[in-house]
Parts: sequence; structure tokens; C-alpha cells
Amino acid sequence: MSILVIAEHNNQSLKADTHKAVKAASQIGGDIHLLVAGLNCAAAAAEAATLQGVTKVLHADSAVYQHQLAENVSLLVTELAKNYQHLVASATTNGKNFLPRVAALLDVAQISDVIAIESADTFVRPVYAGNAIATVKSSDSIKVLTIRSAAFDAVDTGNNATIESISLAKDAGVSSFVSEELTKSERPELTAAKVIISGGRGMQNGENFALLNGIADKLNAAIGASRAAVDAGFVPNDMQVGQTGKIVAPDLYIAVGISGAIQHLAGMKDSKVIVAINKDPDAPIFQVADYGLVGDLFAILPELEAKI
Amino acid sequence: MKILVPVKRVIDYNVKVRVKADQSGVDLANVKMALNPFCEIAVEEAVRLKEAGIATEVVVVSIGPAAVQEQLRTALALGADRAIQIDTEHNLDSLQVAKLLSKVVAEEQPQLVILGKQAIDSDNNQTGQMLAALTGMGQGTFASKVVVADGKVKVTREIDGGLQQVELTLPAVVSTDLRLNEPRYASLPNIMKAKKKPLDVKAADSYGVNLSSNVTTLKVTAPASRQAGVIVSSVDELVAKLKQEAKVI
Repeated sequence: MSILVIAEHNNQSLKADTHKAVKAASQIGGDIHLLVAGLNCAAAAAEAATLQGVTKVLHADSAVYQHQLAENVSLLVTELAKNYQHLVASATTNGKNFLPRVAALLDVAQISDVIAIESADTFVRPVYAGNAIATVKSSDSIKVLTIRSAAFDAVDTGNNATIESISLAKDAGVSSFVSEELTKSERPELTAAKVIISGGRGMQNGENFALLNGIADKLNAAIGASRAAVDAGFVPNDMQVGQTGKIVAPDLYIAVGISGAIQHLAGMKDSKVIVAINKDPDAPIFQVADYGLVGDLFAILPELEAKI
Repeated sequence: MKILVPVKRVIDYNVKVRVKADQSGVDLANVKMALNPFCEIAVEEAVRLKEAGIATEVVVVSIGPAAVQEQLRTALALGADRAIQIDTEHNLDSLQVAKLLSKVVAEEQPQLVILGKQAIDSDNNQTGQMLAALTGMGQGTFASKVVVADGKVKVTREIDGGLQQVELTLPAVVSTDLRLNEPRYASLPNIMKAKKKPLDVKAADSYGVNLSSNVTTLKVTAPASRQAGVIVSSVDELVAKLKQEAKVI
């Protein structure tokens, strides 16, 4: 049995999600090959070879893969897929974009957002915003899975797998990349951070999110937001934690001015320790919080920053 | 230009989901159902393109038993021109749905398919991408902006690190994210008018698609519930607990 994991990277280095997808693959059992498709991505391929459990890195370097266009990447993965029983990618916006396309081209189902591997054909995944957990079994010849990063640990590095260049480069010819605006931040990424502090509608406006900066600096935390805060235009959507945003499970999650709608809880309730700060003592967030502090966040945040 | 909008009937997003005692699934008996929120955004976007003079017709399609006609009427009240119900009692997976939709695409020949990025029941986020694969179309997933011009559609996509713009040759598939638009409320006159708009019913079997899935659900359980913790009385107490008890800072 062999498994193809498709790496998540920015052409220079791997994203932490890949380390977790490889961990999930290692629980299936079998040889693990890691595909790094991009442009001038030799450094990412070299990093991929260091991941424990990987037996071979496939390195596809071509302009058609530079921006991970789903139409092109799916042709490559579909071509490679016949040598594998499992295809695994991270349930990131990138994995969610190209992998269902691969599954359809292979005429097999995709199992999305896997949070546990029961066996080589049985997987666990949340449905209904995490309010129900389904165990599903696939009899497809190739199992296609996206992996929820928050549910798996990262594999260690220190390996030295072989790197094989592959020359396949197909352009589907129906899509092209125009531009990209990536949020630049010195802070850790939401999905990789050990500590996250998130603001909700209670922050009242975008400027007030600056109140979270000092605490985030001290704790090396990422800053997130509820959908209410995103919808109100306080902060951009890539900060959203929740059913339709990012799913996170940090060691510490601090929810500030967030009431705790089920859609938000779906994105953070697997955090190890949850702190809620809210002026409404009946806010549902307190039902999942390990530590709740009822009060005015505008008074609490400066004090917390000073004392933490 | 014709736009096809596939929509799904799902449990209302405000309803508390309960898992059945026999672990066979989620209890949907006597539960409020609604148009999937992302599908509503898709209908709104299509209707806006029609109002802007870019689209000429908006066709909505839903797959399921007669009950889905309720959501099709909702979409018609929001401004869609006509509806198709693909009648089946089967509980279909994304691949089977995408196959049926690809047949509808072949019949209707839309220039643009706009659909929700995910349904809030199965949370799969697959159908649009699969439909694009089966029809050979380009895909603009998780769209927060859609601009149609000169035989192409430029889609701004919500990606993990920010935003990405891609350009797709028409026909193309676009899947909607939350920030694409804010759907309107259907007015009473439009709800009345929607009752008279055409709604065709077609048997799923008539499309020649194998509707069986290779994925079976073994069980559905409730998630491990989290116990509420303690309410602390001060920032000092909170910091002390985090340092000494939880040891996370």
C-alpha cells in the first residue's frame, strides 16, 4: 500500500499543515510519498524530504503549478494517483480547492475534514458544524482524504528521503492567476499558533482590535475573529475562526467579546484551554470556557496586558 | 447569458442539532429546514448579475424529494426565473450530486454555474469543484467578488492567507463565500409571483447516473461535550489560574 500526500507550500517552504497531513497518513499505514508541485520549489522539496515517515518526495517544477491552480494541479495528481491507494491533502483552502476535483476525475468520493483515522478504509469526520461526528467507510479503490490540521500532531523532521523529479506539466487552459494579496503579519498563523486571542462583535470596531495586539505580542499569539466581527467589517475574513473560517485547536484560546454562536464554537472548541471575556454572563461562550471573566473588555484587556 | 444555481435544502442554521439515539444520523423529524445559507448567496449573486444586465436567465436546481420545492420557491421569490427539481429519495453524496448536475449543465448549457461553497449539514465543500471537473470547466471557489466581462469571469477568492484573483474562461463554476453579498429578503409580492414561476420535476433515474455511493456511514455520534469551567472574579485570578492551574502561559 502506498499513500500520496500533496504538500502545502509557498514554493519556498512547507506549511505546518503538511507535517500534520503526513502524520495522518502515517496512521493509515504504508509507504508515504510527498508531492511538492510548484515553481522553483526545490527548497520546499528538500524540506519535504526531512519529514519523518516520508519515503519519497516527488518534485514537480513548472510554471503551471506556480499558483496551485486547481485545474492544473488536479491533472497532475490524477495522473499520479493510479499508483496509490490513498490521496491525502490538508483541509486548507488550497486542499479544499483542488482535491475534490481530483476525486471527481478519478470517479471516487472525497472524505472531507478527517479528524481521526480508524483504519485504512474507515475515517472520522465532523458534520453539522461539529455538532455530530460521523464514522464513514469507503470501498472506493482510491481513498481521497482532506485532513483537518487541528486534529493531528506534526511529524518530526530529521529524515532524508529521496527526491525524484517528475516532468509532467499540463495546463488545463481554462484558468489563469491574476494577483494575490496576502496578509503580512509577524504573528504566527492562526492554524499553527499555540495561543490565539480572538475578538467578536463586542470589540465594537476595527480600531479596537489593536487592544488585542499587546497581549498577542506577550503570548506570541495569533489574532482571530468571530464571523460577527468579520461581517461587521472590523477585520478581514482570513482572521475568521469558525465553521466556515479556520478550525483551530491551540493550547490557549482567549475569546474576547464573542458570544459563542455554534458556528464559532465549531472552529475552536477543541482548544485545550478556553478563556472567555464577555460582559454578558449568559453568553453561551461561558458554557465551553474553562475560565470565564464577566466584565467590560475595554477595562479588562489593558489590565490583562499589564499583568500577563 | 444563462446562470445555473444548484441549491440545497438543509437544517436551518439556528436549529440545535441532535444525534439520533441509534447513531444512524441526525434527527431531522419536525425540524425547521431552510435554503443553505451559501446557496442563498449564490442565488443573490446570480440575480444581481441579471439585474445588472449581464445575465438573461437564472435557473435554480435542487436534488431531493418533493420537499425541496419549498427551497426552490424561496429561490424563485429571490428572483430566479425558473426551477428544476431532480426528484429522488436517495441521500446522495457530492460525487453523485455533481454527476446529476453535469447532466443538467449539458441540457441547459449555462455560461456560469454559481453555487454555495459548502452545505452546512454535510460540510463537505466538494460539489462545485467536482462539477467543474466533470464538465471540464474552470473553478473559482470561495468567491468574495465576481466580475463577468469579455467571455471571462474574474473571481476574487478567500484563501487562507488573504485574497487571490483568478480569471476563468466561460463557461465556469463559481462557489460562494460569505462575503460575496448580503442576500435580500423576499418581498410578499415576489413570494406570490414565485408560486406561478415554472418548476419542472424530473426523475433522478432519467439521467442515467449511478446514484449509489461507495461511502457508507457506520455511525453518527454526538461530539465529546466540554464542561463549563469556573467564572473568575478578577484579572489577577485569571492570570494566576492560567499560570498555575492550566500552565498555558
